[in-house]
Amino acid sequence: MGELRLMKGNEAIAEAAIRAGCDGYFGYPITPQSEVMEYLMAEKPYESTGMVVLQAESEVASINMLYGGAGTGKIVMTSSSSPGISLMQEGISYLAGTQLPALIVNIVRGGPGLGTIQPSQADYNQAVKGGGHGDYHMIVYAPASVQEMADFVATGFKAAFKYRTPVMILSDGAIGQMMEKVYLSDPVPRRTEEEIISQCPWATTGRPPTRDHNIITSLDLDPAGQERLNLVLQEKYRKIEENEVMYEEIECEDAEYIFTAFGLSARICQKAIELAREKGINVGLFRPITLFPFPKKEIRELGRKVKGIMVVEMNAGQMIEDVRLSVDSDIPIEHYGRFGGIIPTPDEIVNVLENKIIGD
Amino acid sequence: MEEKFARPEIRKPENIVYKRTDLLVDRPLSYCPGCGHGVVHRLLMEVIEEKDIVSKTIGISPVGCSVLAYDFLDVDMQGAAHGRAPALATAITRLWPDRYVFTYQGDGDLAAIGTAETIHACNRGENFTIIFINNGIYGMTGGQMAPTTLPGMRSSTSPYGRDVDIMGHPLKITELVANLPGTYYVTRQSVQTPGAVRKTKKALRKAFDNQDLNKGVSLVEVVSNCNSGWKMTPVQSNIWMEENMFPYYPLGDIKVEGTLVEK
Repeated sequence: MGELRLMKGNEAIAEAAIRAGCDGYFGYPITPQSEVMEYLMAEKPYESTGMVVLQAESEVASINMLYGGAGTGKIVMTSSSSPGISLMQEGISYLAGTQLPALIVNIVRGGPGLGTIQPSQADYNQAVKGGGHGDYHMIVYAPASVQEMADFVATGFKAAFKYRTPVMILSDGAIGQMMEKVYLSDPVPRRTEEEIISQCPWATTGRPPTRDHNIITSLDLDPAGQERLNLVLQEKYRKIEENEVMYEEIECEDAEYIFTAFGLSARICQKAIELAREKGINVGLFRPITLFPFPKKEIRELGRKVKGIMVVEMNAGQMIEDVRLSVDSDIPIEHYGRFGGIIPTPDEIVNVLENKIIGD
Repeated sequence: MEEKFARPEIRKPENIVYKRTDLLVDRPLSYCPGCGHGVVHRLLMEVIEEKDIVSKTIGISPVGCSVLAYDFLDVDMQGAAHGRAPALATAITRLWPDRYVFTYQGDGDLAAIGTAETIHACNRGENFTIIFINNGIYGMTGGQMAPTTLPGMRSSTSPYGRDVDIMGHPLKITELVANLPGTYYVTRQSVQTPGAVRKTKKALRKAFDNQDLNKGVSLVEVVSNCNSGWKMTPVQSNIWMEENMFPYYPLGDIKVEGTLVEK
């Protein structure tokens, strides 16, 4: 019947992975996500469920362990934070190009460069637009609570195998570090070798006499062949856009204005809604939960009903580009952002709403 | 052509003393005539056939001349990013502990861009086999300087010869990893003569047998020619290799059963 616990977001990810039947975690320490591997090493799932946990020599190694592990058909994941995720981009591109399922968790910190260890949302574009070389996308989930940190692990594994694609949980240092109560569902056993071989006929499991050898590669020196692969990928992304959009609307029914925010910013906007409504401003929140696929249709329809949209992000304005591409009505769409690890306050957000949007 | 050479009248099972292993896919190799890759491919597949482990074998191909190795080796294979084969092999051998896992890598892949992955996989004592082809040059990209290019040796990025004052020294990575506690068997072989080919096959067999023991990495370096990259005929390149490469990269076992061989 599951279990209720008080946990850090990073710990919830680790515990959820064990419970989701994860076969392997490969990572490298970096603040503010080190608790993921620390928790796994303390829990020793390699003794309980048989899950492999390995500390790699670098993020470059851990993403390539993930790539090798994903090729075996097993359920594998890694986690890191912004600079480490930048190092992983080549490997993520390989995972996309070879159509392998894997989960990558990014507990974002402020950048660019070494930046800061404080929370940020400045990796939106990197996560949503590809990040590595070539035309590809990951499915990107943006949790706004410790509960969603846990929930999106199993959701992510499922989507990764359904579409054979890398999936990212894009969170931030605050949600990774903060403690909340979290409901953990009952553990699912790891799949058996027979199940993996029958469910993943493409995997490198060792060639039996009954089939051709499996080759996992993204290389096709023939441009026509490489274009075919790209068309397959694009077709897959269209299906993902049709089927996998997730979002949340809070107090949008009577709203004249809308905040649009993901992750931690959305949590802060919920408080801003309260403050604004105390002042008589009817404002709601539209929270994209999947950042790719982006809930284009839903935000377009909301845009036709309201007088203005304010996009709140802990970056210089990244998701606002997708909001502007989606909305087709002639309303003000403005951005408010704080960077470098600074978290905007609800008061600031309401002030900007009053001055930049309503004041127009 | 077919009729002239096929001689169907003598093609009887009782007359066959040698044949290509079925695990070597019957298609033209992408390697230059005279190159050692094809021989090593054959030996590798012969060992897997003789051990009867094809249904338990997973190979990792590199980036370099042997990037297409999966087209020739009839076992399950995954293509790694440049240098990362030991990282893939680490995960695969940990997730499928009863499988035989090998990486097949060139000198640029293993000893330049992949140095960290090579050293750390060797140091962790992972249970897989590394096959390391060292020809002292980047063949696929057109003859650039490799980490193992000899002092004074010409390449397209050391056109006046490798000047160690400017370009650094060739890296003896095989001796380096032999000194790590996680390696169990480290040897350096070649394939330019029938005798050398037989020794390399024995080394490969030992490396795969070692995976039954789970005692750490087995690394088989094969010093090979690159007649195209060295701008020589195949025969000239083999002579040049014996006269120049072997003194710098001496052949023989470096570590056996976890113990360094006394020289």
